[in-house]
Amino acid sequence: MTDMANNPTKPAVASPSVMLTFGPWIVSAVLLLILPLVFQQNSAITIMNQMWITVIFALAYNMLLGQGGMLSFGHAVYMGVGGFACMHIMNWDIFGSIPLPILPIFGGLFGMGLAMIVGAFSTRKAGTVFAMISLGVGELIAACSVIIVAFFGGEEGISGDRTYGLPFFGVEFLKQIEVYYLISLWLLISAGLMFLYSRTPIGRMANAVRDNPERAEFLGYSARWVRYYSFVASGFFCGIAGALFAINYEIVTEENLNTASSGVILLVTFLGGVGFFFGPIIGAIAFTLLQTVLSLQTELWAIYAGVLFVATVMYFPGGLAGVLMMHVPILRLGNGKMLIMPYIKALIPAAIGILGVCCLIEMTFHIRHSSTGDHEMTLFWTTFDSHSLIPWFVVIAVTTAAFTVMRRNLPELVATWHDANDAKGA
Amino acid sequence: MDLILVNLIDGLVTGLLLFMLSAGLTLIFSMMGVLNFAHASFYMLGAYFAYSISLAVGFWMGLLIAPLIVGVMGAGVERYGLRRVHQYGHVPELIFTFGLALLIEELVQFIWGKNQMAYEIPEVLNFTAFSIAGNSIPAFKIFMIFISISIFIGLLYVLTKTRIGMIIQAALSYPRTVEALGHNVPLIFMGVFGVGTALAGVAGVIAGPVLGTFPGMAFVLGSIVFVTIVIGGLGSLWGALVASLLIGWITTFAKSYNIAMSDILQGVGLSMPENMDDSIWRDLWTVTSPQIADILPYILMVLILIFRPYGLLGNRDA
Repeated sequence: MTDMANNPTKPAVASPSVMLTFGPWIVSAVLLLILPLVFQQNSAITIMNQMWITVIFALAYNMLLGQGGMLSFGHAVYMGVGGFACMHIMNWDIFGSIPLPILPIFGGLFGMGLAMIVGAFSTRKAGTVFAMISLGVGELIAACSVIIVAFFGGEEGISGDRTYGLPFFGVEFLKQIEVYYLISLWLLISAGLMFLYSRTPIGRMANAVRDNPERAEFLGYSARWVRYYSFVASGFFCGIAGALFAINYEIVTEENLNTASSGVILLVTFLGGVGFFFGPIIGAIAFTLLQTVLSLQTELWAIYAGVLFVATVMYFPGGLAGVLMMHVPILRLGNGKMLIMPYIKALIPAAIGILGVCCLIEMTFHIRHSSTGDHEMTLFWTTFDSHSLIPWFVVIAVTTAAFTVMRRNLPELVATWHDANDAKGA
Repeated sequence: MDLILVNLIDGLVTGLLLFMLSAGLTLIFSMMGVLNFAHASFYMLGAYFAYSISLAVGFWMGLLIAPLIVGVMGAGVERYGLRRVHQYGHVPELIFTFGLALLIEELVQFIWGKNQMAYEIPEVLNFTAFSIAGNSIPAFKIFMIFISISIFIGLLYVLTKTRIGMIIQAALSYPRTVEALGHNVPLIFMGVFGVGTALAGVAGVIAGPVLGTFPGMAFVLGSIVFVTIVIGGLGSLWGALVASLLIGWITTFAKSYNIAMSDILQGVGLSMPENMDDSIWRDLWTVTSPQIADILPYILMVLILIFRPYGLLGNRDA
């Protein structure tokens, strides 16, 4: 987590060209525009809405974790409160004179307001102390949600209707696709603003305070105030994400505030990679896809997500983005081709082996928890009897073989990797 | 008066249980500077292992073996997990233990299922020890108090009076010097981590039959334990004791005395709003103390952090 300040779109040495600065943004804008034309099913649009909201939330979270070095265990609270505030506005008479697209601003302001109050005492220290305070405050507010029924609506939460707002150029946001474009617009705006924030002096100072608060203080900056500004800004964008959630689902409950949601966003951000601005974006997209696809296939998806998360922390602390960016120097040296064959040789057996282990887990789970007499199970389009020995034998044999092949081919990959990083290897 | 005594005993049981968790946690923190988020998960593992063992060979063997298994697992986590992540810094360490907590909860659900286990108080201890004005005190509670206090005294003795305790204390403050004197500091760290998690395991074994053995038990107690050591002061063993007892008593008393907010508000001279349903303060007026008993520790923590950020008995520099 030391070299996270590097901006992938703007190499530090070469002078930034217009293409590199604006290219990624234009490409993402075009992608956001045409994606619903490619995936027209309602379910796809629902998933994309969820994804973009998570992207905003994860980016806001990374303002703290990646850029400010503050680990928060209760960040869902700021998103949740933004959502609840928006829901109250939507249920208020005044909502008829507010166009829906500006509603997220109010959500953001409420999230920011709460962050200003909490940040006043929580940003004194970073690290463990900050993490504990964020956990405590998060728990406190989540627990309050069942007590303060007037604001949080108790256990059933509060719901509203987004279509009561002032029509915006004739659009009443009845259809899912209209909401999609609203969310996409806000995604672009907030991602752009958050990116610009990280370029400002205060964003740069946040990096400095993260790496060495003592030195930053000697330079005359108050580490505490720098942290406070990051915290408040992050609260604002969390509030925006919460407002978009309220608009999209038209219901906000205690679940949006609790520690489980705070944990999920930590998972998403870390999987994507905290070291780069675009890391959380990859994380949010990958995680939402993983969640929707895997949870349809297996009950055990949370175990896989947990293993993936722990493995990421242990072996790839840079996350997905970190792994991707490790290849940039190699590609720049023109050595990309050298890696293709070793990758195929090592990664395909590894994938087969991992799938084999997953099969074993699923079969164990089936034996332990299926109803008595139910011996049939289906894995990878094959139906078999989980209580007979043959499938176990096959799976164990395939898994062992795959891992053996991977172990044999791994040294070659490592050697090629070192060669590829070496300029003379080309 | 009698009720106060009963509540004092109940609060003591809760407080000492909290202390068994927070003692290990705070020791580990002062040693490695990292809060073990998965600490309460080891408590849960203790309860589940003890349940499985008690099915085969009875409660007492469970009390003996389960903490050992948990301690060995804890030492393994330190050796093969934390030590590896340590090079990346404190925040990834914290994230690692957080991921571990998630994973352990999922694994427990995988192995034992989502339902509550029928982990019962052993027959020998299933009687009423004595009763105070009609309120019976079960023998198991006395047993819990006895176990926790003897563990605390044992821990205190080992840490302050024995040679190994001296080395541990020295390793906490000056790891490099201790290493230069020829002691294996990483081994000491692993040992303390193992003992800390084993303590959590003991807490799980004796709390499982009372508080219930279910997959959410780590989460229920876990965040309270963190609050406890923040209130007591990070890294302070005595602070952990004081805070645990404080929280134990506060929550017990808040639950047993039904103090309504409306009485307090009327007591200070405010009048009750005529139409309760329309008032935005209606939740404030209808709140009672049993309702907020579970969030009192968090409120206490926020207050402590505002007025005394280093905790009750914490070190100002820590």
